[in-house]
Amino acid sequence: MMRTLKILLQKEFRQIFRNKIILAISLMAPIMQFLVLPLAANYEIKNINLVIVDNDHSAYSRQLLGKISASGYFKLTGHCDHYKEAFRYIERGQADVILDIPQGFERDLLREGNQKVFLAMNAINGTKASLGGSYLGAIIADFDREISGRLNAASAHVRPVGLEIRPTNWFNPKRNYKLSLIPGILALLVTMVGGFLSALNIVKEKEIGTIEQINVSPVKKRDFILAKLIPFWVLANVVFTVGLILSYFVYGIVPQGSILLLYGFVAVYLLAVLGFGLLVSTFCNTQQQAMFLMFFFMMVFVLLGGLFTPIDSMPVWAQWITKLNPVAYLIDVIRMVMLKGSGIKDILPQLGAIILMAVVLNGWAVLNYKKTA
Amino acid sequence: MKSFLAFVKKEFYHVLRDRRVLLILFGMPVVQVLLFGFALTSEVKNTRIAVVDYAKDNASREITDKVAASRYFDIDRNLLSHEALLDAFREGKVKAALVFPAGFERDLAHQGTAQVQIITDATDMNVAGQVTAYLTRIITAYQADRSVPSRNTYQITAETRMLYNPELRGAPNFVPGVMAMVLLLVCVMMTAVAIVKEKEMGTMEVLLVSPMKPALIIISKAVPYLILSLVDLIAILLLSVYVLKVPVRGSLALLMGESTLFIITCLMLGILISIQTASQEVAMLISLVAMMLPTLMLSGFMFPIENMPYVLQLLSDILPSKWYYIIVKMVMIKGAGFMAVWKETAILLGITLLLFGVSLKKFKIRLG
Repeated sequence: MMRTLKILLQKEFRQIFRNKIILAISLMAPIMQFLVLPLAANYEIKNINLVIVDNDHSAYSRQLLGKISASGYFKLTGHCDHYKEAFRYIERGQADVILDIPQGFERDLLREGNQKVFLAMNAINGTKASLGGSYLGAIIADFDREISGRLNAASAHVRPVGLEIRPTNWFNPKRNYKLSLIPGILALLVTMVGGFLSALNIVKEKEIGTIEQINVSPVKKRDFILAKLIPFWVLANVVFTVGLILSYFVYGIVPQGSILLLYGFVAVYLLAVLGFGLLVSTFCNTQQQAMFLMFFFMMVFVLLGGLFTPIDSMPVWAQWITKLNPVAYLIDVIRMVMLKGSGIKDILPQLGAIILMAVVLNGWAVLNYKKTA
Repeated sequence: MKSFLAFVKKEFYHVLRDRRVLLILFGMPVVQVLLFGFALTSEVKNTRIAVVDYAKDNASREITDKVAASRYFDIDRNLLSHEALLDAFREGKVKAALVFPAGFERDLAHQGTAQVQIITDATDMNVAGQVTAYLTRIITAYQADRSVPSRNTYQITAETRMLYNPELRGAPNFVPGVMAMVLLLVCVMMTAVAIVKEKEMGTMEVLLVSPMKPALIIISKAVPYLILSLVDLIAILLLSVYVLKVPVRGSLALLMGESTLFIITCLMLGILISIQTASQEVAMLISLVAMMLPTLMLSGFMFPIENMPYVLQLLSDILPSKWYYIIVKMVMIKGAGFMAVWKETAILLGITLLLFGVSLKKFKIRLG
């Protein structure tokens, strides 16, 4: 049995290494992406384009504007005389916020102690809008305190009022955006190489017809499947290793937890993903079918993996779907072990889920795979 | 013309014969638009946070209640110490913590100032940043409520209007993005195998010896997919208007026209891949492994392009999906007219012509 497997493995590896283009795409593309894509990930809200409608033209309105543009969150892109004119900026996509300062702003503020300003924000991206609103609110509150302090300085002793809020960022004190994306991209690339390539590979034998030759040979079902899965398991581990090395040398990430634990989890994880690829391949007759199915699942895995949008924010039914998403577990575990230093005790729930998936998917695939074409 | 139609008919048979692929082609975009339209929002909601309260006084309790009342947070009140906190972060139980030091209210009352600490799990910066901003807002509001208004305080209130999306839903932002993503990948993948499959099967010979011009052979390959994609597009639009409640504010005709242009761009890209590669496997790998993540990340709907390094901004300029995403946002969500998007349209058109030109040039009428 071992001999058959060895010979079959030799065949598979030879086929993989023979096709230099495929090897290049499946190794170089992930590495290139790993080097480039984390640079793109920056959710930081800064330089929000702001148009001003200053109907007051007073010292105070100018001071407020100065304070806003000095904050770094906003960039003044225009001054308008009317709201309508400012709205054109938003329509054309040249600005995201309008700040409208009413006439008599300074006079009323000094006389009555309070005054309103009007904000209109482009809220298509709701997160950006509500964060932008928060920042502007904080700047205005600061401005309030400043003028209250200044105007009262002469009259009386004013007590400093206030809560001092001290934000601390654990596990990523420098607020490095790349850090939150790298584990995710690593997970996606490992998944693509592992699951996608294996599914295509088996279906290819079906489509070309060479699977017939295997089927009429005395090779056992088990040996054939193992010989198909092992090379991609190895390949995906190579991609993972390269990813770890790059994240150390390029991004300076030192794994906080045990590397052995990471590899252990990835080893089991790949069994699940390969089982999935195998299962897809048993349902398909042509490479095109396999590719479309894998593409469909990859999109779902990627977008519902908790990498780009938080899982907690999804509706409950979608959160249940993420429980069936192996990529979500891998992203979680890489983040936990690599960045937070979590131990095996912390990742037990994820490990259990992945083992269950590996058993179910592989079992189903083996049952579904028939040695008659 | 007659022979051209015959070619188109042949291609149609190819496509319609494979029922499974057809099922996926129509089922996939529908499922994805629904799934992502409902599930994706980058805003934090129901984030689990811990409150470590060393003070246990009225002020800390009042703030905690205010935080608990907001839709952003679910509170776990059971954590008592910093050590327990570290474990909770490691297990992934909470995403942030609010820490009140002992004597919080006393300090606030007597010295007029007190400290409160926000600790976030910064391994997800998107969540960490938002959590900090929203907690700060809640605490600042509490403070404003508490301070007694006197003649000597001055206050400016900002009255905010949220344009286009007053409920701050995720769908208006993600529907255009998902449209760009799904159309792009479906169109590219469909056509990427169209020519290479004939090469692999050996039927390419038959096409090449026919008296058809190369340009017409290429176009006849694209026509069936164009029609299928338009059906997909209509399905996606119906879903987004009637199910996801994201209406088409601008002209529907303009939106359809722009989408058709984008579909043609993608088909041309697929054909170029098909001409350049030797096997289906390679064509598929290129269209999926090499295109999926870059399209997703650089088109501007996941991450703001203006924050990216200059090189990546340049790279995003050559992605058709970026321009289509801008156009859909303008026309569908903002209701802008053609004058607002002519530049983006011209760029898409330019990319399409370029791809077609290169395909024509690279299309070999000899094999081997």
